[in-house]
Amino acid sequence: MADIALAPRSAKTQIREATTWDQLKHNRNWLGFWFMLPAMAFLIFFLAYPLGLGIWLSFTDTRIGRIGQFIGTENYEWLWDDSIFWLSVFNTLLYTFIASAFKFAIGLYLALLLNENMPFKAMLRAMVLIPFIVPTVLSALAFWWIFDSQFSIISWSLKHLGLITQNINFLGDTTWARICVIFANIWRGVPFVAITLLAGLQTVQPSLYEAATLDGATRWQMFRHITYPLLTPIIAVVMTFSVLFTFTDFQLIWAMTRGGPVNATHLMATLSYQRAIIAGQLGEGAAISSAMIPFLLAAIMVSWFGLQRRKWQQGENND
Amino acid sequence: MTDLPTRSIDLKAVLSGSSPTVAKDDHSEGMSYLQSLPRKFVTVYLPLSIIIIILLFPFYWMGLTAIKPDDQLLDLDKFNPFWTWNPTFKHIHKLLFESYYPHWLWNTMYVAVCATVLSIIASVLAAYAIVRLRYKGANLVGGLIFLAYLVPPSILFIPLATVVFQYGLFDSPMALILTYPTILIPFSTWLLMGYFKTIPFELEECALIDGASRWQILIKIVLPLAIPGLISAFIFCFTLCWNEFIYALTFLQSTQNKTVPVAIVNEFVDGDIYRWGSLMAGALAGSLPLVILYAFFVEHYVSAMTGAVKE
Repeated sequence: MADIALAPRSAKTQIREATTWDQLKHNRNWLGFWFMLPAMAFLIFFLAYPLGLGIWLSFTDTRIGRIGQFIGTENYEWLWDDSIFWLSVFNTLLYTFIASAFKFAIGLYLALLLNENMPFKAMLRAMVLIPFIVPTVLSALAFWWIFDSQFSIISWSLKHLGLITQNINFLGDTTWARICVIFANIWRGVPFVAITLLAGLQTVQPSLYEAATLDGATRWQMFRHITYPLLTPIIAVVMTFSVLFTFTDFQLIWAMTRGGPVNATHLMATLSYQRAIIAGQLGEGAAISSAMIPFLLAAIMVSWFGLQRRKWQQGENND
Repeated sequence: MTDLPTRSIDLKAVLSGSSPTVAKDDHSEGMSYLQSLPRKFVTVYLPLSIIIIILLFPFYWMGLTAIKPDDQLLDLDKFNPFWTWNPTFKHIHKLLFESYYPHWLWNTMYVAVCATVLSIIASVLAAYAIVRLRYKGANLVGGLIFLAYLVPPSILFIPLATVVFQYGLFDSPMALILTYPTILIPFSTWLLMGYFKTIPFELEECALIDGASRWQILIKIVLPLAIPGLISAFIFCFTLCWNEFIYALTFLQSTQNKTVPVAIVNEFVDGDIYRWGSLMAGALAGSLPLVILYAFFVEHYVSAMTGAVKE
C-alpha cells in the first residue's frame, strides 16, 4: 500500500518527485484529514465549541439579547443558595435512580421472557420495541391524557373496581406526579434495555444451561451463576446509556408536567430551560446545565471501571 | 468501548428468534421439554402478556381517543370508555384541514431527511478514515467520537441557542439541519466503523494494486458491501431526528416552522376541554410514519440499536 502514487508515464523515464499536491492527495495522514473534515467540522462547530461556550456562559451574566460580563462564580453561588435548584438536583437523582433500577430489573426480566421458545416470537419482540420508536413527546402526551385529573382511565377503572372513591389527581399531587413521570420513563426505557440484553442473552451457549441442569442447579442458580456473569459487560454499557439519558431527560417532563406541581418534577434540564430560555437568564441556565457535567462524568466513570473490574475478575483478554 | 465480548451477536436472530445456537440440526428444542405447559403459562406467557399490554396500551388509548366523539370522551359514566361504536373522523379532519399539521409534518420530514443525509455522508467518510486509512491518531479520534455520543443535548442547547442566533439561523429549519448531525454523527460513525471492519481488506488491496484511488475504493467497493449498515444508520438517525425535541423547541419560534413534536405540545395544548381528540390524533399521526418505517426495517433497526452498544 504505497503512500505516494507514481504517475505511470513518468515512471518509464524517471521517477518524478512527489509534489506537495501529491502529498495532499495520497499521503495517508492527509487523506485521513480530508475524510475526517466534514464530521470534524460539525462536531467542532456545533458540539465542542458550544460545550466550551456553555461553561464560559455559566461564568457570565448573559441574558437573551445582551452580551454578558464575566462575573466569576456568582451564578454558582446564587444557585448554591437556591432551594429550587437543590430540589431539581434531588428530583433528578431520584428520577434517575428509581427509573434506572426499574428499567434494569424489568428489562432484564423481559429479555429473559423473550428468550424463551414460544410461538409468534418474532412478532412479540418487534412489538416490544414500539414504545422506543415512537417519539417520546407523543407518547408522553398519551400518558398526560391517561393521567388526566378528571378523565383518567386509571381512575375510572379503579373506581369501577371499587378500590377508590375519588379520582386520583395524578399530575397535580407532588408524590403522584413523581410516580407518574417515573412510570412513563420506565415504560419508555424498558424496550431498549430488554432488546439489547436479549441480543446479549443469545450469545450465551445453551450447553452451559444443560450442564448446570445435569448438576442439579435451580433456575435461580442458573441465572445467578451463568446468565448474569456472562451478561455483565453488556449490562454495564446499556445501563450507562440508560442512566445518562435518564439523567438528562427533558422532553418527557416538559410534555407531561413542565416541572410542576410546585417544582416537584423539575429536573436539572427542565429547570435550566426554564431559567435560560423562558426567563432569559442564559448565564444562570448555563450554570445549571454545567452542573450536570460532574454527575455525568461520575456515571461514565462508574460504569467504565465497573466494566474493567469485571473483566479482570473473569480473566478475559481484550478481545 | 471496544473491549466487550465481540463474539458476534447475530442480529437477525435477535428478532426472528432463531438463534443459531438454539436451533440445532435435529430440530430439538433444547431443554424446553422440561417445562410443562401450565407451568410455562404461569412463568412465561402470563407475565409477558401483562408487560406487552402495558407497553402497548398507550397506543391503543391514543388511537381510540383520536376516533371517539367528544361527548363520549368526557362522559365516562354513560359509555364504556374502552370502546366506541360510533367512531368519528372529526378530530383527524380538524388536524389535517384546520391546522398547520401537514406543514409541521413536512417540516419534520424535511429536517430529518436533510440532517440524516448530511450526517451519513460525514460519518461514512469519517468511519472509513478511522477504520481503513488508520492515519496518525485514528484511535484517539475514534474514542473522542464515542465520547461525543455521550454529550447530551440538554447541556448543549443553551450555548447552541446563542451560536444559532449569532449565525443568523434562528427560527429556520437550517438551524436544526446543522445541529442534529452533532447527535447523529457520533452514533452513525460508530455503527459504520463496526460494519467497515467486517469488510475484508484484501478487496481494497486488490483495488489499490489495480490503481484505484481511495475515493474509488470507498464508492465502488466498500459502500456497496456496507449497504445493510447504511440502512441501519439511516433509519436510526431518521428516528432520532424525528424524536428530537429540545433543539426544535429552543431554535424555532414561528408556528409554521415547527416540527411535529414541538408543535403538538405548544399549539394544541390550549385551554379547550375538547382538545383531547385532536391532540391524540396528532400524536398518532406523528408516530405512524416511524412505526411504518420500523415495521419494514425491524431487523436493521435492532442491529443499529444493539450495534451501537456492542462496540
